[in-house]
Amino acid sequence: MNEYDSAVETFIEEAHELLIDMENALLALEDTPDDKEVINRLFRAMHTIKGSSGFFGFNEIVAFTHEGETVLDHVRNDEREIDDALISVLLDCKDHTSVLLEHYIETPKEPISSELQTAGNEILTKLTGKSSSGELEVTESATQLEGISEGNDLAGSWLISLGFKTEAFKMGVDPLSFIRYLSKMGDIQAILLLTDDVPEEGSFDPENCYMHFKIAFQTEADKQTIEDVFEFASDDCDINILPPNSKVEEYVSLLENLTEDHEQLLGEMLLEVGVITENDINKAIEKQSGEDDGEKPLGQILVEQQVVQHGVVDKALEKQQKVKKKVATESSYIRVDSNKLGHLINLVGELVISGAAMNLMVERHGLPDVEDVAETMSSLVSDIRDTALDLRMVPIGETFSRFRRVVRDVSKELGKDIQLTITGGETELDKTVVEKINDPLTHLVRNSLDHGIETSEQRLAIGKDAKGNIQLNAYHESGHIVIQIIDDGAGLDVDKILAKAISNGLIEEDHNLTEQEVYNLIFAAGLSTKAQASDLSGRGVGMDVVKRNIEGLRGSVNITSAPGKGTTITIQLPLTLAIIDGFMVEASDERYIIPLSMVEECVEMNSSEWEVDEVQHYVNLRGEAMPYLRLGDYFSEHGKSQKHQRESLVVVRFGQNRAGFVVDQLHGEHQTVIKPLGKVFERLAGLTGATVLGDGNVALILDVQGLINKAISH
Amino acid sequence: MTIDVNEQEDGSTIIAIKDEMVIYNVLEQKNLLYPHIKPEHELQIDLSDVSEIDSAGIQLLIFLKNEATRQQTELSFINHSQAVVEVVEIFNLSSFFNDPVVLSADWDNS
Repeated sequence: MNEYDSAVETFIEEAHELLIDMENALLALEDTPDDKEVINRLFRAMHTIKGSSGFFGFNEIVAFTHEGETVLDHVRNDEREIDDALISVLLDCKDHTSVLLEHYIETPKEPISSELQTAGNEILTKLTGKSSSGELEVTESATQLEGISEGNDLAGSWLISLGFKTEAFKMGVDPLSFIRYLSKMGDIQAILLLTDDVPEEGSFDPENCYMHFKIAFQTEADKQTIEDVFEFASDDCDINILPPNSKVEEYVSLLENLTEDHEQLLGEMLLEVGVITENDINKAIEKQSGEDDGEKPLGQILVEQQVVQHGVVDKALEKQQKVKKKVATESSYIRVDSNKLGHLINLVGELVISGAAMNLMVERHGLPDVEDVAETMSSLVSDIRDTALDLRMVPIGETFSRFRRVVRDVSKELGKDIQLTITGGETELDKTVVEKINDPLTHLVRNSLDHGIETSEQRLAIGKDAKGNIQLNAYHESGHIVIQIIDDGAGLDVDKILAKAISNGLIEEDHNLTEQEVYNLIFAAGLSTKAQASDLSGRGVGMDVVKRNIEGLRGSVNITSAPGKGTTITIQLPLTLAIIDGFMVEASDERYIIPLSMVEECVEMNSSEWEVDEVQHYVNLRGEAMPYLRLGDYFSEHGKSQKHQRESLVVVRFGQNRAGFVVDQLHGEHQTVIKPLGKVFERLAGLTGATVLGDGNVALILDVQGLINKAISH
Repeated sequence: MTIDVNEQEDGSTIIAIKDEMVIYNVLEQKNLLYPHIKPEHELQIDLSDVSEIDSAGIQLLIFLKNEATRQQTELSFINHSQAVVEVVEIFNLSSFFNDPVVLSADWDNS
């Protein structure tokens, strides 16, 4: 691969990410159309794609994205309003860019087809056609600060402006008393009574207050204390307190020393150093939200209200930027080739195996001083293993948020009103698992949208909220990740499923299936309850394929449903496919590994105490009947093995189900590197893989889920 | 009767305010005082018996002074009581009224 190709590859990857980012930003804008940060993100994404495309000579993309960029620039400068229609067009715009990109990747030599051109032009007309009608808002010229006349040598004074409301006198507020009180707290250096507002005869009401004051005041007290003087009058007086110029430096240095570990709002920062009070902020925010003519930055309002100097705000903003930058660099990522990561994981796997071999040697030769070193090594190796695996962990949120678009588009297409809620997006799982879960998830979500959730009219008719809800949820549970797709739709129709299953010969007429078992029938091949397949389900992935895919990842899928209330599909997946903490047991001279996370407890298999039922294969574990399986018998080629004098019962759990495995010997915890079984053994029931032990022997890794089901049905 | 009106021989008028000037009576005082502001008619207001004055009272004085200026007539305040002087000082209004203030010997020095 030459340098150009690899550069193109990087660009494509980056462009894909940017496009996904754009989509997320657009969907976020649907909820919060005023979020400047999101609009900026959108603009930057568009801009970067345009710039990089130009570099590679993808001129169509440049021409197309240029228009989008222009529109976004208008939005950014408040010259154009962002509304649902614009968001829709921008989404189309994003899709079209993606298509163009695809074109340049797949067939770089060929010119853009005419259909593609037309489609692009259509979007552009929609995009720009409206922009001409977008009105240019004249930005209100910044109000000039009123000069304070006594500028001479008042550097060390607080400047207090008191604007009394006309009802002040009637409310019993007398400015005189405040000024008298102030003079007790400090030194009033100058006072300016503004009488310009005292009206002429005719409109003068002597009981109204028309007086405004500007006071230069010197005191040791802080801003809050000064403000408290006027607390009693706060309803009848606009009070602005500007810190002394000499204090600006002090505030600036305080701002300088603010911690840099997290981003703060401007107001929070100013409040923290005491340059403004809570009251100032509330007033400024009130003003900010009360104005229609585009929002002014908080800092500007604060300066205009004369509660803080320009310099302090500038400093705070500068500091804020610095922190933002710092936080941004701290959370930056390094792009790593996933092959390298894979290689690292493999090496760590080998390291774990040879570590086990070393421990074995140390034990065999009984070298106590080496044992200490080996012990430290082992713990380090297990740390390295965890860290290495952690490198491949990604939050599932990104996968989830892709469904926002799916839900949006599909619900529009179907004429339903559906809202997607995402919870537990921060739950992490292995990247390889994430990639493989995407398709099954898509299918399940589409199913819920298509078959599960009713139309608004149907919903209203049965007294539900017109807006349908679908929720994607994820959380960790005993070494697994649980992913749920919850909808509040119609639920599954048991009778329909049964009828279909019987007519397809899946089950007999006189079945004894529980409701749960009936639900799970929908995962059986060749069962579709929808009489007419819509174009959504025509994706070539049936529910049986979904189930197979998930089981291929050593996971399981389960469905619960309440008629009229909704359906919940629960997927359980292992966190990683590479290395696990295992629990090693021995039965019939063969070693087996049980994933440690599934082991609940180990007890002695004592027939008198546990009331073992040898025929039905049940034990009474502290009053609870639990099926068990003799691993030796199950895997041994001779069928029944001789009874051993001493056996142990390992209680395992998968989801809601529990079972016991009877083994001869317990070997304890073992770091297990999962090696896939060869093609020949792939379909072997009860096993998911193998691992190499320190002594070179092989131990088989048990498919606990499968074995529990075996034990239950035994 | 809160004011004494004295027509002088030279055509000017001296009005003595015989009451405190506070929010409770400023309206009444304004109605009594305002008609005396007439063009080309000098007016003096004697404040010696004003035992108390608040912001509303001061505002009334400001209003009267403004009106006089507007109608181009002379208005001056004379014989400020201690209470009035104190408030005028606090509000830094001496230059606004521009009246000769005579300090009386029997004022407290508090």
